Formats: sequence, C-alpha cells, structure tokens
Amino acid sequence: MSLHLLIILPLLTLIALLFVNGLKQVRLVSLIGAVAQLVVSFILLYAFWQERSHGNTAAMLFESNYSWFKTWHINYHVGVDGISISMILLTAFVVVAGVLVSWNMPARLNYSGVEKMNKEFFALLFLLSVGAYGFFISLDLFTLFFFLEVAVIPKFLLIGIWGSGKKENSAMKLVLMLMFGSALVFVGLVGLYYNTPLNNGSTSFDLLYISTQNISLNTQLVFFPFLFVGFGIFTAIFPFHTWVPDGHSSAPTAASMFLAGISMKLGGYGCLRVATFLMPDAAQHYSWIIILLSTIAIIYGAFATMMQTDLKYINAYSSISHCGFVLLGIGMLTKISITGAVMQMVSHGLMTALFFAVIGMIYERTHTRAVKELGGLLKVMPFISAVFVLAGLASLGLPGLSGFVAEMTIFIGSWQNVDTTYRIATIIACASIVVTAVYILQAVGKVIMGPVENENHLQLGDASWNEKWAAALLTFGILAIGLAPFWLEKLIGPGAKIIFDRIVLNY
Amino acid sequence: MNFSSYIFLIPLLPLIGFVVLGIFGKKYFNQSAGTIATGFLGISALLSLYTAYQYFFVVGLVNQVYQPIQVFNFTWLQFSENLSINLGFVLNPISVMMLVVVTFVSFMVHLFSLGYMKGEERFATYYSFLQLFTFSMLGLVISTNIFQIYMFWELVGVSSYLLIGYYFQKPSAVAASKKAFIVTRFADLGFLIGILIFAFRGNTLDFDVLISRLTNTQSPEYLNITSVSFLGASLLTWALTLVFIGGAGKSAMFPLHIWLPDAMEGPTPVSALIHAATMVVAGVYLVARLFPLFQLDAIALNIVTYVGLLSALFAAIIACTQTDIKRVLAYSTMSQIGYMMFALGISGATGEMSLGYTASMFHLFTHAFFKSLLFLGAGAVIHMIHSNEMKDMGGLRKYMPITHITFLVACLAISGIPPFAGFFSKEEILLASYQSNKLIFAVALITSGITAFYMFRLYFSIFWKKEKQLEHHHGEGTWNMKLPLIILGICSVLVGFIPFSNFVTADGKSFHSSFHILFSVAPVSLALIGIFVAYVLYQKENNKSGNIANSISSIYKVAYNKFYIDELYLFITKKIVFNLIGKPAAWFDRNVIDASVIGTARVTANVSEKIKEFQSGKVQDYIIYFFVGILSFAIAILYIW
Repeated sequence: MSLHLLIILPLLTLIALLFVNGLKQVRLVSLIGAVAQLVVSFILLYAFWQERSHGNTAAMLFESNYSWFKTWHINYHVGVDGISISMILLTAFVVVAGVLVSWNMPARLNYSGVEKMNKEFFALLFLLSVGAYGFFISLDLFTLFFFLEVAVIPKFLLIGIWGSGKKENSAMKLVLMLMFGSALVFVGLVGLYYNTPLNNGSTSFDLLYISTQNISLNTQLVFFPFLFVGFGIFTAIFPFHTWVPDGHSSAPTAASMFLAGISMKLGGYGCLRVATFLMPDAAQHYSWIIILLSTIAIIYGAFATMMQTDLKYINAYSSISHCGFVLLGIGMLTKISITGAVMQMVSHGLMTALFFAVIGMIYERTHTRAVKELGGLLKVMPFISAVFVLAGLASLGLPGLSGFVAEMTIFIGSWQNVDTTYRIATIIACASIVVTAVYILQAVGKVIMGPVENENHLQLGDASWNEKWAAALLTFGILAIGLAPFWLEKLIGPGAKIIFDRIVLNY
Repeated sequence: MNFSSYIFLIPLLPLIGFVVLGIFGKKYFNQSAGTIATGFLGISALLSLYTAYQYFFVVGLVNQVYQPIQVFNFTWLQFSENLSINLGFVLNPISVMMLVVVTFVSFMVHLFSLGYMKGEERFATYYSFLQLFTFSMLGLVISTNIFQIYMFWELVGVSSYLLIGYYFQKPSAVAASKKAFIVTRFADLGFLIGILIFAFRGNTLDFDVLISRLTNTQSPEYLNITSVSFLGASLLTWALTLVFIGGAGKSAMFPLHIWLPDAMEGPTPVSALIHAATMVVAGVYLVARLFPLFQLDAIALNIVTYVGLLSALFAAIIACTQTDIKRVLAYSTMSQIGYMMFALGISGATGEMSLGYTASMFHLFTHAFFKSLLFLGAGAVIHMIHSNEMKDMGGLRKYMPITHITFLVACLAISGIPPFAGFFSKEEILLASYQSNKLIFAVALITSGITAFYMFRLYFSIFWKKEKQLEHHHGEGTWNMKLPLIILGICSVLVGFIPFSNFVTADGKSFHSSFHILFSVAPVSLALIGIFVAYVLYQKENNKSGNIANSISSIYKVAYNKFYIDELYLFITKKIVFNLIGKPAAWFDRNVIDASVIGTARVTANVSEKIKEFQSGKVQDYIIYFFVGILSFAIAILYIW
C-alpha cells in the first residue's frame, strides 16, 4: 500500500481541473477525484487490518522515507498507524461530502454577479485536502509543518473570495491567527531539532527517531508550550478561539465543513502526535494547564453558544466546546482518555461537517441563518430538517450516534486520573452535556419545529440528490461509529497505547 | 425451547419497525404503517408472555431461587481489561415482568392509536417513533451493564422528546418537549457521575459483578468505596444518591417532576404508554435493579424513601386542583410512582422483610394497567370532545358507555377498592410501611384517601355532573379504540390476584405474604370517604366545590399553581443561567477576548507604522537616536551600579 497515493490523487485531481471548463465538467472531475480518495482510504483501512491481523505490530505501517533536503536532513518520511488512518478516513468523508454540497457552487454568487470561478474553488478544496492528508501521514516534523502550511493558505482564499458577510475581515483574522499558531509550532519544531541528541552525527526532524530519545526536561518545558499552544490554536484552544466563529460564519458551506471537519483536527492531531508524544514529561508537567484551558473552553463555549442567534455561530461556538473535549482527553493523559480524544476528533469532524452542510442547505434556500427568521422547517423541508435534528442529536451525545461514544470514552478515561481537581474538571465537562442539550433543542425547537415563520418559505423545495448523498455519507459515518464503536476503538487503541506508554515510562 | 432462539426478536422487531417506517414509512406505508407496527408489537408481546411463562414456571426456579439468566452479552466498547460497555439480555424476575408490561401496554397503545391517530399526516412517523420508544424501553429493562441502561435511558428520553413534540407546530408542544428533555438530561448528569464513581471504585460496569463485589463487605472494592469520603458522606452514598437523581428525573420525583405535566402536550396514547406505564417507572426499575446496593447504605435508602413519600403527597394535593384531565392523571402518576419509590426505600433485603420491594414491583405492575387504561379512556374522551378541560365535559356516560365503565373500573382500581388490582398492591405497600415506620404509614394512608377523592372528582366531572346534549358527534370510536379499553379493564380487575410474592422478591426466594382483612379496613374506608366526598361535590352541578375552594383560597391557589415550582425553575434558568452566565460569556467572548485579538493586530500595525518613521534616511535623525541610545544605556548602567 503506497501512502503517496493520498497526496498524488488530490494533486492529480487538481491538475485535471486545470484542463476542464464549465461547472458541469469541473464538478464531475472533482467528484471522481473525491470518490477515488474515499476508495483509497478504505483500501488503506483494509490493508492496515490485513497487516495487523498477520501479526505486524510495528508502530507505523507502510513506511517510506526519501530525503528531500539533504543539508538540513529533512526527509519525506511517511507512515500510518490507527490514529492517522481514522483521521484520513474522516478527511476522505468530508471531502466527498464537501464536493457534493458545492455541486451548484455557493448560491450567494448566483445573484451577486461575481464571476463564479468554479474551477478555482474546487481546486482550492483539493489543495486543502493535500495538506491534510500529507499532515496526517508525515513522520518527519518538517514535512509535517510543510503540509500544515499547505492547508492554511486555501482557507484564506476560500473565505475571502467565496465567503459572505464580513468575509475579508474574517479571512484575515483566521489566517493571521493560524499563522501565529504556525509560527509557534515552528519555534517548537526547531527547538526539538536542535535539542535532540544527534542521530548518527546529524540533527534530525524524524518523529520516530525523536520519540526514542531522551530530551532533557528543561528543553521539554521550554518547547512544549510552543508546540501545544501552536497546534492548539488550530483546534480552538482557549483563549485563541475567536477565529472560529468569524471564520466559519463567513466561509462558504464546503469551506466551513473543511475548516471544522478537517482543519481543526490538524491541531488536535498535532497536539497529540507531536507535542504530547515527543515531550511526555512536559505534557505531564503542564497537564493541569491543559485541563484548565480545555475545561474553560468546554463550559464557556457551551454557555456562549446558548446565546447565539445565527445558526453558523451556534455551530462554531459549539465546535469550541466540542474541541475542548479533544484537548481535555489529551490533557488527562490516560490511555482511555487519549483514545477518546481521537474518537472525539473523528466524531466531531463528521457531525460538525454534517451540521454545516445542513445549515448551508437551509441558507441556500431561505437566504438567512438568523434563528429568529426561521421556523417550522419540518413542514417545508422534511429531509433537511430530519438531518438537522440528527446532527443536533449527535452533537448532544445521543447513544447510537458518534458523539456519545467519544464523550463517554473521554469521561471514563478522565475519571481514571485520580487527582481530585481533575475529577472536578471532569464533572464540569460532564455538566456541559446539559448545556449542549439546551442550545441544540433551542435551535431545533425554533428552526425545525414550531409554526412556519415566513410564508415564503412554504414554496421552498427539499434537498436535491447531491445534498441527500452528502448527508447520507456523513450520517453513515456517524452511525458507523455510534452503533459499532468497537472497530474504531480497535483502530485507535494501539496507537493511543504507544503514546500513553511514553508517558508512563517517564513517570 | 431455548430462550436464545427467539428472545432477541422481542426488542428487534420494534427496532426493525422503527428503521423501516422511519425511512420508508412516509412514502410507501403511510396507510399501512399502523397495521405493520401493531403486528410487530403483537408478536413481541406474545413472545414476552411466552418468555414469562418459561421463566417463571419452567426454567427460572433453581433451588427455590429465581436465578438471573443471561441470554446473550457481547462487548460493545472496550475501555480497558475490566471496563467495557456490554450489550446483553438478562432475564430476572423484574426484567421479565417489565418485558411483559412494556410490550403489552405498548401493544394496547398501538392498537388504540390505529383509531385515535387515523388520518394524521405523519401517521407513519408517529408509529416509527412509538416503535423506537418500545425498542429503547425494552433495551433498558434487559440491561446487563450499567452503561447499557444509561444508553437506553437516553434513548427513551429522546423518543419521549420526539413524541411529546409530535404536534411540532404547536409552540406549547415544542416547549414541553424541550423541557422534558432538558430536565431529565440534568438528572442524567447525576446518573452519569454516579456511574463514573461505580466504574472507578467497583472496577466494572457489569451489574451482577458490581453487585456481587460490593455486597461482599470484605472485598477490596467495598472497603474502597466506603472508606473514601467526600464532603462528609462516603463515596457509596454519593454514587447511589447520584444514580437516584437520574432515576428521580425520569420518574418525575419531586423536585424534578416539572416536566411531566407539560409532557401531556403529546398525543394522548403516547402519554398512556410513556408518561404513565413505562418510561416514568424506569427510575423505580433502576433503584430496584440496584436494590442490593441501596441496601448497603441507609442514607441513600432514606433519600429514596422521603423523596418518594413527599412526591406522593405533594402530587396528590396538586391533582385535586387541576382542571385539565390529562394533567390530573399526570399528577396522579407522579403520586403513584412516589408510592413505588418509598416502598423500595422502606424495604428490607430478604424474606418477609422485603415486602416493600415486592409491593413496589407489584404496584408498578398493576399501575401500568389501570393507569394506561385511564389515559386511553381520557384519550377517547378527548377524541370525542376535542378538549382537555373538565368544564367542557360532563354527562358523557350515555354517549360512551364502554369508556365510562372501563374508566370507572380504573378509578376503583387506583383508589384501592377491592377486588380491583390497585387494592392488592397498595395494600401491600401500606402493610410494608406500617411495619417499618408509622409516620410513613400515616402519610401514605392520607394520600390514598386523597387519591380516591381526586380520581372520582375526575370521573364524576367527565361522566356525570352536567346533562350535556351533544349535537353531532362521531360516536365513541372505532373497535380498535374500544378493544384495548376492554382488555385493559379486564386486566385491571384480574392482575391483582397474581400472588406476586411468589415470583418477584428482592432475593429471588418466594415468601408467603400474609394478608389481614382487618388491616384493610382503614385504607378502604378512607378511600370510600374520598369517593363519597367527590360524589357530593361533583356528581351534580353545584357550587359546593367552588365555595370550598374560595374558603381556603390562599392554599387552593398555591396548590393550583403547583406550589410555584415551575416559576422557581423559570427564575433559575432565565434569570441566572441565561442572564448571569450565558449572556456575560457571550459578551466576554466578543468584547474582551476577540477585542484583545483585534487590539493586538491593531497595535502591531500601529507600531510598525511608527517604526517605519525611524528609517527616515536622514543622518541627523540617526545621530540623535545614537546619542539618546548611548545616554539611556549609560543611565541604566549607572542606576544599576
């Protein structure tokens, strides 16, 4: 199984897009490219199971290593474990769904007279996915950073060109904050690069090599915050989360889905794979700060969501709360909680993409996202409403849907951490599920149920085939985790154990 | 026949019904949805009855003790070696009893709805939700794992939410569905934390393992959970109390009861199924399931007792003042569940001492029949009158004879008049409380008198009082509405004769419950007095009840307004949670955190704007900077020296 396919495929799609014209051809090529990615990622999953069942217990599978910048010992080193594969699957799901919901391009452009630039829109989506795939498979810190940056730039253009509202402002805020995060990450990476004992007489960016070395506690204490906060900004760590609401609300639907579904996960993955894995002592040392910040994000994000009046703001703030669970799981530093954190990344990626997709569908039809201008949509568009309710229920952690599995795993894992203050943090995090129920049911009660708010809405149609497929695909993912979580646990568990063992080893 | 060959069908059929009707119902089965769903439930009910027969009479009894049988149990999600969420199917006396209750009542409600919901636009959706509820409730009662019960607990919560909000265009229904979900979710938070404590201290999530570990007072788990204390109470007390909070939320115990009366916004058959017979007793079931653990801790047991007792009395008083017939029934449900709850609380662990446990389960069983009958009867009345208000009713006995008779039977049953079902179960509860605590007995006795009064107030107001002439009415309803009334009516008479203490006991061993005629004199005569008072006040239209209400107007008003508990909650949520936490959080985010981000950006821009001027290219400027720099450097050094 060659992992390069994951990078080559979207790149090929991107190149193919340059040679076609017209929306029809562009979206067809995009869909083929996206589905091909999905197929490849499923093959990857299958091949991974095969290897594992044949007793291959290496930490990383399908490794390959090429030098691409000899002087600084930068390699293109890739390999995957269960954690990366779950992230890759998530990305593939969101890409296909994102292409499907953009089938007719952001509707706003249909009446604002701007040239549509279909080709560029889809090309940027694929460029973003290149960055994401590359990031998830990289085992070389520099390569990883390179792909992280590849994933940042398209966001600026996607929001700045095809966005709505204060789009330039939001795009600027988002990119500047993410760039700030990248800068911190870079400092951390360079710090690791120069402070790891030499590998055969040379410095190294190799993640697996660094993970076998003992880095002095002082070095760890200095550079861990750079990496954790830097990656944390991507996943909306408190108090660097303000790019989330503005960025999401201005972004076109597919970009919102990519942003919340994929891009925010880059941060969580980085916090886990780079910061925590490579510097376990510092992770222990600072864990109380991580817990503190993530608990604040969880409960504060939930309460802030309660007061939002715009559907996209509701989902954006709830993402802050939900991503807090990811960081909480990582900060609790038990095997179960780390597994739960990864599950939460996958689960949140799917459900928030679904939520943004369905908000986009509503917006395209009603041209409003204000909760008070919507009402009784169940009567008008039953399919879209049903999906909205489903996404909401997944978000509030209904058993049978993915959110429940992830949250409960985090709660159980967190409770294993015997420190009393950590227990209190866990209880506060648990309490957020009540607040989540409040804001989700508020939104559902007003938007989906109740009397029809606007007579004109009665003329609106239900979902088209492409929207139905997008929703069905994401729903499938949510149900696959929610109904049968054991496969995901089997996939993630061993990877989480390796990270956890590093922590225990250093007790 | 082996259990495992058919038993999985009992919950599976409703699940299939939910999926099929939920996805394809509207398009393909909008007419036939009811028949399909009812058929599925009919099969489930028959299988449950057969299972009960097999369990109680053929295989369950081993060495004079009813043994739990795990039909299957598979790992759904493994956390660590010891901790995993399992999905399983356990047969023990109470789970088998609940299987019968749930499938039977659900079947009756399915049948009734065929007539009641006929012609609804979302007919298939309604049935798919009913199937979802039945599936979830069945999953709940057969749980082998404390997390399994929590999962299905949430699922019944959401199906209740969907069904209460079935008339989704009515704002009051939407508000009620939200309230029900959020209040119970709040209670479930307690349940969840309780589970976490058990998971960590007991190191297992399996019911049987947990119980066997903790009931062994020498085991490390028991010593561990009782020795650690938090805020003055042992962790065991905390865990049990927290789990009980979850149960109290679902069972609408004071002060978490506020959602139940509002939940009557749902279609009436739904109220009969969910908010009378099955879901609301889940809390009682949970306490009964963990009964051996509650036995270990007197504090938790006392909390169960007094919360139950208070709820029983409190709800009965409110029920006397309400005018919406469904709300009267809702409060009476709360009151009856209070009975079940405190009966568990006063019960001992073994033999005759555990009469309270048996009585509680017995009352749960009989209550399911007569209360669902009352609700379905009320549904039939509402179907005819198109109103929930007592004042729109009266004199209906001629127009709906079957409803009238069955309703009367149910009223007699709930009032505890022999030989109706409620008499036997209530008598056992009273006997158990008499043996344990005279004060509890006194309160229970008074409550039972009040119960008889408000039930007959309801009965007379609906069927007697005014001699009303209905101009055009569409009859009493179709056969499928009458049939369930008749069946449930018959059950309300007969099920009381089941010798419950032979089958359902706390320790699985049967005992002979002694029965004293003399003991029954007091409760029965109190009930008769209650009925008589209701007869005097409400049988004919008169002002007596109004006069009485006026003479105690202040008390009446407080009770009529449900002791202002709702207003208290509204104050807490609206004023405190929204205005003091939510709004400041949202404001803080925009005006402090985000503003400081923007501020940083602006400062950076301004600073760079200023710094730009330093690069003026004039040599004079550079010389000045040079000297200022040297000077300040020198001053700095001197100062430090």
